Order: sequence, then C-alpha cells, then structure tokens
Amino acid sequence: MKVIDIKNLTKIYNDSEYKVNALNGIDLSFEEGEFAAVVGPSGSGKTTLLNIVGGLDKPSGGEVIIDHTNIGKLKSSRLIDFRLKNIGFVFQAYNLIPVLTARENVEFIMHLQGKPKAEREKRMKDLMSAVGLSDRIDSRPSKLSGGQQQRVAVARALASKPKFILADEPTANLDSKSTENLLDIMEKLNKEENTTFIFSTHDARVVKKARRVITIEDGKVVSDEIRK
Amino acid sequence: MNNLVFAWRNLWRNKRRTTITVTAIVVAVLMSTCMSSMQEGMYSKMIDNVVKFYSGYLQIHHNNYWESKSINDVYKPDETFYAQLDSVRDIVHYVPRVESFSLISTGENTKGGAIIGVDPESEDRLSELSRWIHKGECLKQDDDGILVAVNLAKNLKIDIGDTLILLSQGYHGATAAGLFPVKGILKFPSPDLNNFGAYVDIRKAQDFFSMPGMVTSTAILVNNYSDVVNVKNELVTKLQNSYSIMTWDEMQPEIVQMIEGDRAGAVIMKAVLYIVVGFGILGTIIMMVAERKRESGITVAIGMQKRKLQTVMFYETLYMGFLGVFFGFLLSVPLILILLNNPIPLPGESSEVYEKFGFEPVIYFGAQARVFVNQVITVFAMSLLISLYPIIKIRNLKVANALRA
Ligand SMILES: Nc1ncnc2c1ncn2[C@@H]1O[C@H](COP(=O)(O)OP(=O)(O)OP(=O)(O)O)[C@@H](O)[C@H]1O
Ligand SMILES: [Mg+2]
Repeated sequence: MKVIDIKNLTKIYNDSEYKVNALNGIDLSFEEGEFAAVVGPSGSGKTTLLNIVGGLDKPSGGEVIIDHTNIGKLKSSRLIDFRLKNIGFVFQAYNLIPVLTARENVEFIMHLQGKPKAEREKRMKDLMSAVGLSDRIDSRPSKLSGGQQQRVAVARALASKPKFILADEPTANLDSKSTENLLDIMEKLNKEENTTFIFSTHDARVVKKARRVITIEDGKVVSDEIRK
Repeated sequence: MNNLVFAWRNLWRNKRRTTITVTAIVVAVLMSTCMSSMQEGMYSKMIDNVVKFYSGYLQIHHNNYWESKSINDVYKPDETFYAQLDSVRDIVHYVPRVESFSLISTGENTKGGAIIGVDPESEDRLSELSRWIHKGECLKQDDDGILVAVNLAKNLKIDIGDTLILLSQGYHGATAAGLFPVKGILKFPSPDLNNFGAYVDIRKAQDFFSMPGMVTSTAILVNNYSDVVNVKNELVTKLQNSYSIMTWDEMQPEIVQMIEGDRAGAVIMKAVLYIVVGFGILGTIIMMVAERKRESGITVAIGMQKRKLQTVMFYETLYMGFLGVFFGFLLSVPLILILLNNPIPLPGESSEVYEKFGFEPVIYFGAQARVFVNQVITVFAMSLLISLYPIIKIRNLKVANALRA
C-alpha cells in the first residue's frame, strides 16, 4: 500500500537576497513498511524534502499526497492535526521538551490525541521497553545521554501509531555505538510494528542498514536503489 | 499534561531569572501599596479634620439654607424630627447648630466672622471641640462666654477675659446685639477653621438671633464613612423632602477635588514605576520566547496546536504577575498594619512647616480596599498586555525556520 506519493515537487527559497532552488522536480513514492534512507551532500535538499513531506513547510510546486490528501492544500491548524494523526518526527537533536520527563514526553502526543490514560500508560511502557529505557521513565531529558534522548524521541514518534516516521539526521550527534543502537531499535520497530521509516543521513554505517537508498543532488533524485 | 502544570514548569526553567522578575514586581507592588496607603491615610486625615471635626458627615438644613445661607431659612426640630433621626441605625450622634455671620468687635478692632451656636456637651461628642482648646477653657452648658479661633483672636488682639461685642441681623430682620466674654482660644488642625469664627452656647445664639428653639443645621455623625450614602437615602425617605440633606462631599466639593487632583498626580508616579517593571517582565518574556524558538517549532511540528502553546505561554506570563502580587501582598499587609497603628512623626523642620499650615506633623497610613485592589488590577492588566507578545510570536512562528534555529 502506498503511503506517500510525491509528484514533481519543487521548492524555491525566495526570502533571502538571492533565490535558491532547493528542490527541482522530485517524484517519489513510499510503500508501507519501508526503511528508507535519503542521502546526498550537504545542501542537496534532504531537510527541505523531509520538511515538505512532513507538512512543516510549503512546496513551491508539485504535490505531496498522503492518504488521499494533498497536504500542501491544508490550512495551518488542519495541517497540525494531520501531522498529529499521521506523521511521527525525530529531529537531529534536542527533540524532547526539557520540562517533561521521558514518560511525559512519550505520552505528550497521545495526550494531544486525547487517548485515555490506561492506553497511554501501556503504550508508553511498551515503547520505553522497546527502546531499552524502562528504567529511565521518570528522568528528565537533561539527565539522559544524547543517544538515550534520541531513543525516547523515537518512542515518542511511534506513540501515536503514525502512518510513517520522518527522521532528519537522527544520528548526526551520536557516537558510533549509540548510532548503531538507535538504528537497531528503529529497524526492530519497523519490523514489529510495520511502521514506515524515512531518514536522512550522512553516515555510511546508517546507509548500510537501509533497505532503500535515495540519493539526491541539487534537489534532484539521482539514484533510487532497493536492496535485499 | 495540563496546560497550567506545563506552564508552571516552564516558568521555573530559569529559576534565577524568574525570581528576579517576580522580585521586581513584589518591590513595585510594595512601593505602590505604601504610597497609596500614605495618600489614603492623608486624605482620610484631611477629611477627618474638616469633616469629622466640623461639618459632620451629613447635615440637615432648611430647603433653601445652603443657597441663601440666610438666618431666615431655619427650622425648628421637634420631637418627631429627632425620633426619625433616632430610628436610623447607622447614625451614631447628631447635634443642633445655629450658624451665621456677625461683626465681632472689641470696640477698637472689628472683624467679620462666623458665629456657631453649639450644645457644648453634645457637640463635644461630634467635633471634639474641647480637644482644640489652645488657651482658657471650653464652654459649659448654658455658658455666657465665647470661644474664638486662634487667628481671629490674634487679629482682634484679644485674650481670655476680654469681652466681645457681636452685632448682626437676627431672624426676620430683628437686630442682634450682645456681649460675650472670651472663655477660650481654639486652635484647629486645619488653617481654614482657625480663621473661621467663634463658638457660643446654642441657647445664647438662639437668643442673640431671636430664633428660640430653631436651628440652621443638624450635623450628623455616622458609624462609618461608607454608611454616608445609605444614611442620606434613609433620611430622604423619612423626612420626605421637608428638609435638604447634604453629605460632606456635597458641602465640601473643594476637598473632594483636591483629593482627586492629588490622586491623579500620584497615578503618574505609580505608572512610571509600573512601566519600568513592565519592561522588565517584557524582557524576560522576550528571552523566554526566543530561547524556546526551536522547541516551540518541535512541539508544533509533532502536533500541538498553536492555540494550546499560546495558552501555555499566556499562563506563564500571568503566573509571574500573580506571584508578584501574591508575595507583594504577603509583605505589604503586615507592613501596612504596622504603619496604620504607628503613624510616622515628621522630623524637626518639616514638622514646623506642617504645623504652620495647621496640619499635624504626622504621616498617617490608610488600609482602604483601593490601596490593595489597584495593585492587583494594575499588575494583572500589565501581564495581559505583555502576554500579547508570546501570543503574536507563536502565531507568526514558521515551523521550518524554527527547526533550523
Ligand atoms: N530558509 C531558507 N532560506 C533560504 N535558503 C534555504 C533555506 N533553507 C535551506 N535553504 C537552502 O536550500 C538548500 C537545501 O538545504 P537543505 O537544508 O534542505 O539541505 P540538506 O541536504 O539538508 O543539507 P545538510 O546535509 O547540510 O543538512 C541549501 O542550498 C540551503 O542553503
Ligand atoms: Mg539537513
């Protein structure tokens, strides 16, 4: 089943003195259960692509269709709700709300979704154990290592059972051991929950784990290879 | 997570900054409360001096008297009249008076002045006349003598034991003339009253003006300042338009004006104080919003409606205001209570200036509701205004930009 359909996507940044063509006609689609990496040199448009697919930025042209909805057309508050229901996010660093504990961070989205307490509690516990942090449930982010914070962020992204998860360089700030650990967890959850993961990266070890590798350069897809 | 709890935790992210900001509000509230308390204490004293010690809180006159001030517009209070006054619960005391003008002469010097006929014992309970005896002694019941205000006595160059000749017009054109030995010199805490006139026994005054049993006014003492309007309304109903009933502020509009004017002046000072503190709070809020830009971007990205985020930041601003007011109160209430019971005497030089103008050289404090309520309203209004900043900032937040921050 197709989860995301991207058609002729373009993005031009016009706000500074000179304009930047960050995306130049991207056509891509993602199937349910994919574990895909977006790679490319710095400035190639990875972040821009993920932001637009995640509804965090508006495209200049083309469309992103998710679940029969052209998200570029949604009004801002509807779009926020759409993200809440359908998309999980993991960012590069400092993902978590510092005044909330790990538990509260994971439950945060379910709270916004209005899930009942018992369900929130169970899901949070399951996910925290899946990311191997059952014993750190009540720690605030400042008491967790960068790798642990990223694992909580992954748990949070999954908490709402989204259609797919977008992760923009989730391992960029991690050492190699934490990187591997995080990737293993993502892979495991991808298999167990059949959640689609799309992540961008510079790291060859991360690329190695991906089952699909999309390379972009100058805002264009230059290769799209499926492995295994 | 409850918005209020969320906001509370956000507030204490930077403990030191929040503490400093709240402390600034506390100091402003404290200063402003003390200032208001001092003003209100001064106003009450002023009203007391002129109102309580002279006019009474209310007066009952003949319908034309206030306009004409004529000795012909007088009335004869009878049993039923007094019975009506007695039936009003908040009236503590009332006194009959005969007031008119007269020439006051020593034979050599002559001045014009007010002559006030009072019932000495009864009057003492209202205006505490005996308290202001500077020299000599107070009138007794049916006394033949006269009490003269200090400045008038000075102008006439008289002293205790001298005799004054009073010449005036009595009821319906009768000639009024009489001799009154000076029994005492009065010194009031108000310069106006010291220039004002002379007191005689009411029965002597009624004889002098040929108006036996009649009075120009009945002055009324009520339990509490705030009862005045109620008492007036009750009297209007009971006395059914046969008399004019006036409250102290209707009789003394200058005092009311002066107080209003002074309040307006003080408002400017307090406004400056609060504007300074307001910018302090605004600065804190601006920093709070700026350093949380990326985090705000993340929360909106993962699905928090901007409205909810705005609510949280709105609460944070209000919390700061509330904490400031709360602790400001906590400190100011005991402070004001102490000052209320321990008025501050003015030191040497300034005390002389005060006394020269007839004021007691003491700073009195007040604890009226407005002293406190105004601070709450001000800080609350200020917080509301400042909270517009995060609300607008969040409204204009661009998630993609915030994430790059
Ligand atoms: N807000 C913006 N205004 C103007 N230009 C922008 C803006 N955001 C990104 N760009 C430009 O768009 C292009 C793509 O940027 P993007 O951040 O998507 O690249 P990236 O592949 O994520 O790079 P990196 O690997 O360094 O994260 C770059 O040339 C960048 O300078
Ligand atoms: Mg990037």
